[in-house]
Formats: sequence, structure tokens, C-alpha cells
Amino acid sequence: MAFMPVKFDLPKRVKLAQGLWLLYWISMMVGILIFSLGIFFKIELRKRSEMMDNNESHFVPNLLILMGMVACGVNAFGGKVTHDSLDPTKFPKWKPMLKPYLTFCCGFNILLLITALLCFLMQFALYLTLADGLKNGIKFYKDTDTPGRCFMKRTLDMTQIEFRCCGNNNYRDWFEVQWISNRYLDMSNVEVRDRVMSNVEGKYLMDSVPFSCCNPGSPRPCIQHHLTNNSAHYDYDHRIEELNIWTRGCREALVAYYGGLMNSIGGLILLTIILESVDMAGLKYLTTSLESMSDPENPECESEGWLLEKGVKETMSDLFAKLKTMGKTNQVEEGAQAAT
Amino acid sequence: MALLKMKFPLQRRVRLAQGLWLLSWLAVLSGAFIFCLGVYLKTELLRRAEVMDNAEIHVVPNILMLVSLASIGTNWFAGRVCQDSLDTTRFPRWKRFLMGWFAVVALLCSLLVTAVVLSYALQGRLEESLKVGLRNGIRFYRDTDVPGRCFQKETIDRLQIQLRCCGNTNYRDWFEVQWISNRYLNFTSKEVKDRVRSNVDGRYLVDGVPFSCCNPESPRPCLQYHLLDNNAHYNYEYQTESLNLYSRGCRQALVDYYMELMNTIGPGVLSVILTQITVAVSLRYLQTAVEGAMALDNPEDDSDGYLLEKNLKETIQDIKTYFLILYMRNKINLESDDADAAEKATAS
Repeated sequence: MAFMPVKFDLPKRVKLAQGLWLLYWISMMVGILIFSLGIFFKIELRKRSEMMDNNESHFVPNLLILMGMVACGVNAFGGKVTHDSLDPTKFPKWKPMLKPYLTFCCGFNILLLITALLCFLMQFALYLTLADGLKNGIKFYKDTDTPGRCFMKRTLDMTQIEFRCCGNNNYRDWFEVQWISNRYLDMSNVEVRDRVMSNVEGKYLMDSVPFSCCNPGSPRPCIQHHLTNNSAHYDYDHRIEELNIWTRGCREALVAYYGGLMNSIGGLILLTIILESVDMAGLKYLTTSLESMSDPENPECESEGWLLEKGVKETMSDLFAKLKTMGKTNQVEEGAQAAT
Repeated sequence: MALLKMKFPLQRRVRLAQGLWLLSWLAVLSGAFIFCLGVYLKTELLRRAEVMDNAEIHVVPNILMLVSLASIGTNWFAGRVCQDSLDTTRFPRWKRFLMGWFAVVALLCSLLVTAVVLSYALQGRLEESLKVGLRNGIRFYRDTDVPGRCFQKETIDRLQIQLRCCGNTNYRDWFEVQWISNRYLNFTSKEVKDRVRSNVDGRYLVDGVPFSCCNPESPRPCLQYHLLDNNAHYNYEYQTESLNLYSRGCRQALVDYYMELMNTIGPGVLSVILTQITVAVSLRYLQTAVEGAMALDNPEDDSDGYLLEKNLKETIQDIKTYFLILYMRNKINLESDDADAAEKATAS
């Protein structure tokens, strides 16, 4: 007793083949889309790798690229089989490959599911990587004369401008590091010496932020220095001033950006899984309806197509039995070898 | 003696029709491409409309959009004519429209050439428009409380950050205007009062620039104020400092940006003109060859295709005589009308 049988006559079979061929083309386009999204994601991670200490994991974009390529191949093969299916001379050469192909498609769907899960979970790893990377970025902001770090200032400034953020958690992160290099500090000046000597590590700390924290939407020209000193500026109260500098931290901004990207890619992969399953079901119906034709010489005869030859429970028990016998044959062979 | 006559056996006519059908669809696609380019140019111009004084430069994308839409129509028409050309029953109904079609195509090609020429010729006007627009933008930078001008500050800041430029011609333009609003100046302070009184108009002028002029590439944290005072900052000399602020003026930056955009659009437009001319020439050959074949006893025989029935001089002569006859006919009609009117007047 087959699982979900459907009766097929010639026009219905032809329609199924045409629809399935179109669907395989669409799936191939989606495969190409996943491939290009993987490349785009990889490039985006590379662009900001300085913010992540250059040790971000490229596993997910590489996996996406691989999945995209495999999806293209699988769907191209499926499309070719569908194209040849209604031609009784060409179809028989594909028949023996169908079972392994469908098994491979099942496995591929499971891999896609794992990829989607990884996409959603990678955000947490990214959060931690960014926290470390940004902290180091702010620490090395002033080292524009140290080889290997001389572009940190530019990268961090561009990031703060582009993502409209300031500091790691918020702008106060800049108060805790010395972000002005000693080359530009007049150490003979009394005020500078006082400030440097006022803290244990001899750092020149200020309640100021770099210019890239400034918000262009503020009605007032940007106040960068003496941010917590209300009397340093006319008509200024740092507790109620909101528009002067960006209030969001860069870690939050970058995680939101990458998180949005990964969520959409994950959603696309879930859609791909559904599409692939529909493709598999369609191919199964088409091939079973062609194989079950009562009179192979007459293409207009009626036939029946199904998803599974027996019901679901029986198919599962058959599968387990097969796995058991595979295991047993191995044991029997080993036993025979031991005996001889 | 025809101009550029070619022999067209049946096979060649069929090939020409098929090739022209493909070419006309290619021309439709290139028309759509030019439309997209026109739309892109127009959106880019509209994005910076706040720093432009007039909209004269918009004539270039407008022409591109209109002409591309018209060319899509004409090339689709050419494709239809091709499809029917080898069917002697369906071809004659298109015959009347072909002369008009050639005239329309000539007009479209000349309009495209005009658009390309204008995109270079209007560069000076664009620069003038930007000069005035940016000057106003810098003047009204501080008016964040005046309705209608409250977003000037944000616009100019974003412009300077995105295009990496400062001021109109250079950063010194900021020294000539008061870009800090009076709302944020402490008029009880001696320094402020001195500065305001030191110039005729009572403006608070500083040798400072807004933060959006700062160059992130500078190895040093940005110096915004007291730019001309070497003693105000440690280890600073304004004559040799080059990386602190953006050195380019925003007018130059915008003109360069738009010229680069139009330089990339230029070759695209020229290739579309070439495609259109090729379609027109091929259609003329197809038309004359098919008409010649239809006039023969055996329509499947060889026929001649040409660009002009007689050579150039004789064709121009023919056109002249045609217009002369038209003019004479009108004149005779007018004279006979006058004579009738005079007769009626004398009779009554």
C-alpha cells in the first residue's frame, strides 16, 4: 500500500515534468544566490577583520559557498533528468542513478538545515570576537607609528562614522584609554604633566572622544572635549545632551549589522530546504509514474505515482532491518576471517 | 543608379530578416539599459539637489530617459516588421509606416548625440550652480533653528564626510562665515565680545572648521580650531600639515564625481547609437530587397537591396522638386481662392 499515491495520465505527466523542470531552474538560481551571499558575507568579514583582531572564523561563509555550489550541481542534474524523463529512449539511462541521487538529496537537505542553524548561532561567537577586537582597537588607536597597527586609527574612525557608533559599549570607553599619542603631547606643559601623574599607569586620560564620534544631526557644532564638564561649554548639560555624539556602542552596531545579514541568509536557506523537498517529491512522483506504466510501449496509458512504495512505518522498519543486516554482514565476515 | 546596391537571393533575405529580428531585440534591451542609466543619473543629481542652485543639468538624464523609452518602441516595431517581412501577405501593411520610422530613428539618434554633447558642455553651468549652492549651504550651516534651513548643517556635514571634501573651494571658506550659531556663544565672555567687535559685520569668525572636515587618515587626532596658529598646538605647523583636514573643496569633488558618472555613461550611449543605426540600415536593406522581390514574377528569385534608389545628388534633387511642387500647388490654391473671393465681391 503506497504512501500518498496519485493517478497520472499522459497530459498530467507532461505537466508535472514541465513544472518540475521550471522548479529545478528556480532552485538552481537560488543555489547561485546562496553562493554569492556566501562570498558577500566573506568579503564583509574580511573588510572589518581588523575590528575582530584578525581571528574571526570564516567557517560559515565557506560552508555557504560550498552549499551553493552543491545546490547548483544537484539541481542541474535533477533538471536534466526531468528534461529527459518524457523521452522513453533517454530516460532508462538515468533510472539506476535515481535512488542514490534521492538519498544524496536527503543528506543535502540535512546539511542545509545544519548550515541554517550555524548561521543563527554564529552571532553569539561574533559578539564575543567583536568585544575583544574593539577593546584592542580602542587601545591601539594612538599607535599610528607602530608597524602593523598604523591603520587602526583610520579603520576605527571609518567604522564609527559608517555605523554611527562610538566606543565599545558606549562613548565612555574612550575615557579609559589614552588615545592621543605621546608624540603630540607637550610634556613640558604643567597641565599635561599633572594629568599624566594623576593616574597609576601614567596615561594621559581625558573626558574626550575622537571626532568620528560626532553626530552630524546635532543642531550644535560638535563638542568633543571636556564632555562631562558642564561649565566648559556655554549652555551645555551633559546629562540631557543626546544628539551631540553617537550614543550607541560599536559592538552593538556591528552585531546588529552582521546579525541582520545572517538572519536573512538563514531564512533563505530554510526556504531552500522547502524548495528542495518539493523538488524531491516531484521527482519521486514523476519517476514512479513513469516506472509503473502498465504498457511501456503506449505512452498514453495511465499510471500511478507515489512518494513511498510502502507506508511510512513499513519503510522505516525496512530501513532499520537493512542497516542491521549491513552491520551483521560485517560481523559475519570478521568471524569467518577469524575462523580461517 | 542606386546607392550601395547589394544582391539578395532568398536565403540571404531570410538570414537578414532573422539577424535583424535578433538585433532589434538587442536594441530594445540596450534602450532599457540606457533608461536605467538615465534614472540612475537623475537620482544621483536629485540626492545632492540641496547644494545645487539650479536644475539645468537635469536636461541630460531627462533626454536619456525619454529617448530610451521611444527607442524601445521603435525597435519593437522593427522586430514586428522583420517577423512579417518574409510573408508577402502581411508585409504591405507596414510599408506606409517605414518612411516615418526612419525619420523618428534619425531624430532619436540626434537627440542622443545632443545629450552626450550637453553632458560635457554643461559642466561649466554645473560648476556655477554648485558654487552658489555650496556658498549658501556654508552660510546657513548655523541656522539649525530656522525652518527651511534646519537640515543644512546635516546635509553639509554628510556631504563633506562622504565626498571627503571641505568647504567650497577649500577649507578656508569656513574662516569667512560665522558657522557657530549665536545660541551657543557666551556673550558675557571677553574673548567672544572682542572677536565679534573685531569685524565690521559683527560676526564671530574663527580660524576653525566643523568636525566633518577631519581626515581619518591623519596620524594625529584631528585639529579643528586655531588652525592658523602654530603655537596653539604642540608640534604643529599649518604650512606643512597636509593630512589633518580634507584638502579638496566640495565643489571640485562634486564636479569630478558627476563628470566621472557621465564619462561612464557616454560610451554606453554611443554604442546604443551605433546599434540603432545598424538596425536602421539593415531594415532599409530588408525593406528594399523584399519590395523588389514582391515586384518580380517569381517572389523567390534574387532581388536587389539598396540604401537609396538613386544616388545622393539625384535623391536630393528629387526631394527639392517634391517640396517645390508642394509649394506651387499651395500657391495656385491660394491664388484661385483669392480670384473666387474677388469675383464674389464684384458680383455682389
